[in-house]
Amino acid sequence: MTLSIPYLLTIITFLPLVGAVIVMLAPGDGAKKWLALATTIVTFVVSLLLWTNWQDGYAGMQFVEDAVWFAPLGIRYALGVDGISLFLVLLTTFLMPIAVYYSILYVDKRVGAYMALMLLLETAMIGVFVALDLVLFFVFFEASLIPMYFLIGEWGGQNRVYAAVKFFLYTFAGSALMVVAILIVYFSVGTFDIVALQSTPMPLAVQTWAFLAFSLAFAVKTPLFPFHTWLPDAHVQAPTAGSIILAGVLLKMGTYGFLRLAMPVFPQAAEQFGPLLATLAVIGILYGALVALMQKDIKSLVAYSSVAHLGYVMLGVIAMNAQGVSGSVLQMVNHGLSTGALFLMVGLLYERRHTRMLDEFGGLWASVPIYTGLFLVVAMSSAGLPGLNGFVGEFTIMLGAYNYMPIFAVLAAAGVILAAWYLLTAFRKMAQGEITNPANDKANLKDLNLKELTMVIPLVILFFVIGLFPNLFFDKINPSVEAMLTTRAALIEQATAEQMPALELAEIVVTEAK
Amino acid sequence: MNSALTELNLHAVLPALAMVIAAAVVMLLDILNRKGKTPTLALLPWVALIGVLATAGVSIWLLSQPVSSFQGMAISDERAQALNLVVLTGAALAILLSVRYIPAVNRQTGEYYTLILLVSAGMMMMGAATDLMVVFLALETFSLGLYILAGLNRDNRRSNEAAMKYFLLGAFASAFFVYGAAFVYGATGSTRFDLIAMRLFDGQADAAVLAIGVTMLIAGFGFKVSLAPFHMWTPDVYQGSPTPVTAFMSIGTKAAAFAAFYRFFATALPTEQPTWGMALGILAVLTMTLGNLVALRQSSLKRLLAYSSIAHAGYLLVGLATATPAGIDAALYYLIAYAFMNMGAFAVVILLERQGEMDADGNRLRGLAKRHPQVALLMSVFMFSLAGVPPFAGFFAKFFVFAAAVQGGYSWLAAVAMLNSAIGAWYYLRIVVDMYFAEPSDETRIEAQQASIPVAMTLGIAAVFTVALGVLPWLWTGLVQSGAVNVVALR
Repeated sequence: MTLSIPYLLTIITFLPLVGAVIVMLAPGDGAKKWLALATTIVTFVVSLLLWTNWQDGYAGMQFVEDAVWFAPLGIRYALGVDGISLFLVLLTTFLMPIAVYYSILYVDKRVGAYMALMLLLETAMIGVFVALDLVLFFVFFEASLIPMYFLIGEWGGQNRVYAAVKFFLYTFAGSALMVVAILIVYFSVGTFDIVALQSTPMPLAVQTWAFLAFSLAFAVKTPLFPFHTWLPDAHVQAPTAGSIILAGVLLKMGTYGFLRLAMPVFPQAAEQFGPLLATLAVIGILYGALVALMQKDIKSLVAYSSVAHLGYVMLGVIAMNAQGVSGSVLQMVNHGLSTGALFLMVGLLYERRHTRMLDEFGGLWASVPIYTGLFLVVAMSSAGLPGLNGFVGEFTIMLGAYNYMPIFAVLAAAGVILAAWYLLTAFRKMAQGEITNPANDKANLKDLNLKELTMVIPLVILFFVIGLFPNLFFDKINPSVEAMLTTRAALIEQATAEQMPALELAEIVVTEAK
Repeated sequence: MNSALTELNLHAVLPALAMVIAAAVVMLLDILNRKGKTPTLALLPWVALIGVLATAGVSIWLLSQPVSSFQGMAISDERAQALNLVVLTGAALAILLSVRYIPAVNRQTGEYYTLILLVSAGMMMMGAATDLMVVFLALETFSLGLYILAGLNRDNRRSNEAAMKYFLLGAFASAFFVYGAAFVYGATGSTRFDLIAMRLFDGQADAAVLAIGVTMLIAGFGFKVSLAPFHMWTPDVYQGSPTPVTAFMSIGTKAAAFAAFYRFFATALPTEQPTWGMALGILAVLTMTLGNLVALRQSSLKRLLAYSSIAHAGYLLVGLATATPAGIDAALYYLIAYAFMNMGAFAVVILLERQGEMDADGNRLRGLAKRHPQVALLMSVFMFSLAGVPPFAGFFAKFFVFAAAVQGGYSWLAAVAMLNSAIGAWYYLRIVVDMYFAEPSDETRIEAQQASIPVAMTLGIAAVFTVALGVLPWLWTGLVQSGAVNVVALR
């Protein structure tokens, strides 16, 4: 017996918004904190209905809602999820309670505004993943900037204002041309419907320009090398909960955009620029890993590791074959969980020691064994140890990349080794060896308490679930991915078939001339 | 010929007429007041406001009954009424801002409200005009009133300078306009939009003379909406005028001049679109780029908003480059959205001013969020909206106008405009940064006499509509297109 609720996606999307209003009106910081947490938990529970009510094997959009939003231009309020977006929605609703709970424990400054912004951010993020209309997608995509901008700028580290402004302007400027591209697409094929666009042929010139504009917006968001420079600033300066959400969910908007829009809607242009993007992705993997290796601050190490990890996701997306794309979808979730967990662990350590410099630590094994043990699991999950979640995603992506162009798979594999290297180096500096700094003593440093464990343990459990039973997830992801790829292949075939007669004619002319 | 042309139908001028009547009532009350027959001056703004609201009622009533009148010289269609509503919104909010402000600047408040209403009447005629002579009449009606309003603060040298500058350059612009109209008449034998179009269609017009005429018309019009390179007066006049007047001017003038020119280009010169479309496109690029780049370096809030308004004139011009019906509707949406968000921004400037001054420095915003969180929140809404970030009205305003440009084959122009709006985001964002992330100084305070209930009402109304129009853009389009009958069909 499944419980079915009408307008389920609208409810999931806008529950946090309602919560934000309630939080603003509620009296007292305590009430605000717990109301915010309650909102995110309720949202998560409601979003689980997506899982329980899921029609297995159905490739199209589920839980579809469709209403006219602005008739003169045919803009619709259309929502839906398929195997590609399902887990991104769940990832968002799953990470939010953890981020909010962390904030309850460690944020004291202007709690009401903070919690309201977190909830607004959740609405915008879910909206991006469920929107089926280009304009609606763009509205959520851009709207997410405002709360994140305030979260970094108000509650961030020392250099927060610079980081916040850089974050906002980079992403805003990156997506400016996407507006024009959306309009060009609309006036060329007459619809904003994302699903319809995926099966609509488009002139090659339109495809090329629109693909470049979309790619720029998503490349900045992802971030793809060389558009990544805003990310280390934003990550390092953001408050811990902000980093969890930024790495866990916000960056996925970029890769999701590639996967949902840029690659399938403009297939021929995507084929043309694929090798270029794949090269950038691989550069990102290697460059991110090498820079991470050099970092002295653990948080910026994690930030650069994000650049590297998203390179894998991009590689799988660009490959546009079943393994690559399915692996990417799962890896988006994996990266969200692993990197979110890494930021969480770094944040917990920072709250204790008020420093993140690797040199300040050493010998934590002895003083805080529970923390160190969990940190090791999280780091291994991020490094892609078999049995944990990261391995499944990366391995599948490698398969896809190999089928696409083997050279990229080879280079990306080097990145896996580098990832293990920088994570283990960081772990060695933190946890192993003698305690050199008295602040790291057992007497001075407390191990994780029960409250903190409630945040970390669910993440660790999921690492193992995904790592050991990946088919639980692939079964839901694959049908949609395959359907998308089939539609895309048909579109390309049709386009080449249209070009064939012209080519043949040209050949005839050439032979006759001879 | 439509039979409506032969009979004298007042519908086309009814809203303007209503405004004139309201102005007369205000004037009468003012005289009675000076003779000591009515108890108080304080009633005047509210009487004026009732006049504005009544006129808005008339406009909405007229929406569903399009008619052309006065031998085809004026028209009442949904676009004319939509413009009226934009102007009336600006007037109503400006009146609310003036309640406490104007008595401190000039004691003759009766004249002030009369002038606001008469200026509005002139602006409204701009949207109804379908003849160059009527456009000129309306242009002069509202310009003359604005010259006086700009110099309202007689004791302030900046205000005098503003009025003088505005008047001299405005007179020049009017001369250009009339001369241009004369050339157009010479080329086509008519000043009526539909007859001009007919002559052009028949190929009976003298192209060279027409080109000279239209160029001069563009110069005169460019001055009114402050297009580069005719924008020089804007920052000084904006800064020197009493702030409610500046706010009103920034919306009313722009709306009126754009409405008239959209109609002129769309109905009189549709056949010449390829020629002037490119010229206007280049002007648009110049205007928005200049506005945005110079705004980056302003410290005075009013000068910043002046350059921002130049940039917005550039965005509006993007839609005019094609002048399709969709473009006109988009521009009207832009204007109503701009009316609300810009009025809100000016209301915050008023809050930050001190008794007797007419400008506020940007540093007064520093740390405002810590002293006055509500004001800072509302100002952020206006700034994000002006920058064009969803889900605020400013986003769809840009989206619709650029959609019209893309549809008309001006994708490059839309792309340049979007890149420009990314530059613009920088200085709007800087205001938000100052308000939220800077420490308050001694300058950061709102003086008690600046804060009043009408100003708070303006802020509230502006913010509600900035959000509402951003989330539900059909609120406006649904209203003004309820009586949608194509202008072309009527002709």
